[in-house]
Amino acid sequence: MDQPKTIIEKIWEQHMVHEEEGKPDLLYIDLHLIHEVTSPQAFEGLRMSGRQVRRPDRTYATMDHNVPTVHRNVIKDAVSKKQMDTLKENCEEFGIRLADIDHPDQGIVHVIGPELGLTQPGKTIVCGDSHTSTHGAFGALAFGIGTSEVEHVLATQSLWQSKPKTLQVHVDGKLGTGVTAKDLILAIIGKFGVRFGTGHVIEYTGEAVQNLSMEERMTVCNMSIEAGARAGLISPDEKTVEYLKGRRHVPAGQDFDDVVDQWLSLASDEGASYDQTVMIHADEIEPQVTWGTNPSQSVPVGGHVPDPEVVKEDRDGVERAIEYMGLEANQSIESIPVEHVFIGSCTNSRLSDLKRAAEIVRGGKVHDRVKAIVVPGSQTVKHQAEAEGLHTIFLTAGFEWRDAGCSMCLAMNDDIVPPGERCASTSNRNFEGRQGNGSRTHLVSPEMAAAAALEGRFVDVRKYASTVGG
Amino acid sequence: MEPLKQHTGRVYPLNRANVDTDQIIPKQFLKRIERQGFGQFLFYHWRFHDDGTKRKDFSLNDPMYEGASILVGGENFGCGSSREHAPWAIQDFGFKVVIAPSFADIFYNNCFKNGILPIQLPISVTENMIKEAEDHPYELKVDLEEQVVSDGSQTVSFDIQPYHKEMLLNGWDEIAVTLTYQEKIDQFEQKQS
Ligand code: SF4
Repeated sequence: MDQPKTIIEKIWEQHMVHEEEGKPDLLYIDLHLIHEVTSPQAFEGLRMSGRQVRRPDRTYATMDHNVPTVHRNVIKDAVSKKQMDTLKENCEEFGIRLADIDHPDQGIVHVIGPELGLTQPGKTIVCGDSHTSTHGAFGALAFGIGTSEVEHVLATQSLWQSKPKTLQVHVDGKLGTGVTAKDLILAIIGKFGVRFGTGHVIEYTGEAVQNLSMEERMTVCNMSIEAGARAGLISPDEKTVEYLKGRRHVPAGQDFDDVVDQWLSLASDEGASYDQTVMIHADEIEPQVTWGTNPSQSVPVGGHVPDPEVVKEDRDGVERAIEYMGLEANQSIESIPVEHVFIGSCTNSRLSDLKRAAEIVRGGKVHDRVKAIVVPGSQTVKHQAEAEGLHTIFLTAGFEWRDAGCSMCLAMNDDIVPPGERCASTSNRNFEGRQGNGSRTHLVSPEMAAAAALEGRFVDVRKYASTVGG
Repeated sequence: MEPLKQHTGRVYPLNRANVDTDQIIPKQFLKRIERQGFGQFLFYHWRFHDDGTKRKDFSLNDPMYEGASILVGGENFGCGSSREHAPWAIQDFGFKVVIAPSFADIFYNNCFKNGILPIQLPISVTENMIKEAEDHPYELKVDLEEQVVSDGSQTVSFDIQPYHKEMLLNGWDEIAVTLTYQEKIDQFEQKQS
């Protein structure tokens, strides 16, 4: 038998167009996703040099970062409007499919790729967005690129990439009741830091990972970039196949059976070796809350804000983060009041996320102090949720129920957390000012966000034991 | 792209780890559809109060660093979002070289596409540079051909991929380079379908 290989090596080899000593490899790109914020300068570059889009059929565009999530047809911000109009014009000029603001498929780029079946195992997928790693949940090699690279892929359908190192993150055991995929990835980043993945592609393995649903796998892979990794993926299995079956861009009939064999053969071989392996035990993980301004600064909900006097590393950074967040050393997490709750973003805005949050919310009322919004990841998710009556549960409790987009994850539209106010958010970044200048973000799971909305502060979601699933 | 072979300039020290691209260029400035003009928004919320006046407590506003063209930062520089607006802002502000003990991958790659040279050096070296530059006006001379950085009394060498080096030295348009491989891409596609 050949030398055992990881899925990362297999996909890499299958996409190598050219290799040469002293150079990165020229890698073929199967799918290029684009959105309004990181593409205008790329199209402008093409026009200036008289170049064409090589494979419009392998390119797919949507609008997500800027779009309003209420009153969609009145875009008050002229600059945002210009950016959306520019994407539309560019897609028309170069013959690229676009799910624009009125389109039933519109949504966050990393939500709609899998939903439409564009995302498939073994593909190389890029997008001018760092959370492209989300698509790795399907066993695709998916990574974020800059605008010059967007232009490069448009013109050549390829990219120069140096071969990444491989990093196995092995999660054994089982996640406890009320402990989610979000808590798992926050715990991983909390344990190993925001740069342990630098220069690597992560493969998540182990019992706890296999047990995750496809939507939960997307939550984990989504935040690989927060660990510094270029991409994160999970070997495809029966769950992957089941999820993709019947989706619009997935082959059907005999072609499907053939492609399934190919997909499953991509899984990392037994005995394949990685440049690095780290381990974490799922049973030790508890619901997490970030207290600081980078995603590794998290503690279990029963814990406390750290004391800069006793931390071993980056004392100044810890001190600055506590000050920015308006917290005190040793303060208990459960004593932190929140004014905003955001359930959404490419990390946690899929149907199962909304369902689990709704289970907590059902019959309750949003706390007086709190303004809470639910922003489904795509219009499709929105309609599915409405078909199941989830919107009624949220609306009755006092949440707002919005249209799809990135929304308060980065506050490029009107969904902003005001200076000094605090938000329990299901998104992926708690950087200074991420949700609005001076805003304070605490990253949590959808269940934890829902519970915080009801109680006006962080609480251990496991106290809703009768409603949290295993 | 302008070739970059050697550069001598004043150092601006930014003694923070994990400086993310949201800090380098906040999102409200990402709505522009041009590539130019982002320098004025560099580190916006660190440099300016809400009313637009300069913050005295942020060192880049210190006249000592006016005209600085070499930024020396902390670990994991440029982490977070893939926005190329970050190197655009750094370059437009006047920086040609960024030195740090480690960089986030996407940011590192984005630099080369915009004529910025990112140099990775051991933290003991960068911390020393930061100390010097916080103390007094401090200049460095960077020689890409020789792969060395020198402050006149001390010289350190750095690693860089030959491909990246060539690109900066020649100021290449990467797409034009790739298009010379068009035939191979055609062949690959034929094989794939
Ligand atoms: S939801 Fe947030 S993280 Fe995801 S693509 Fe949109 S802005 Fe980026």
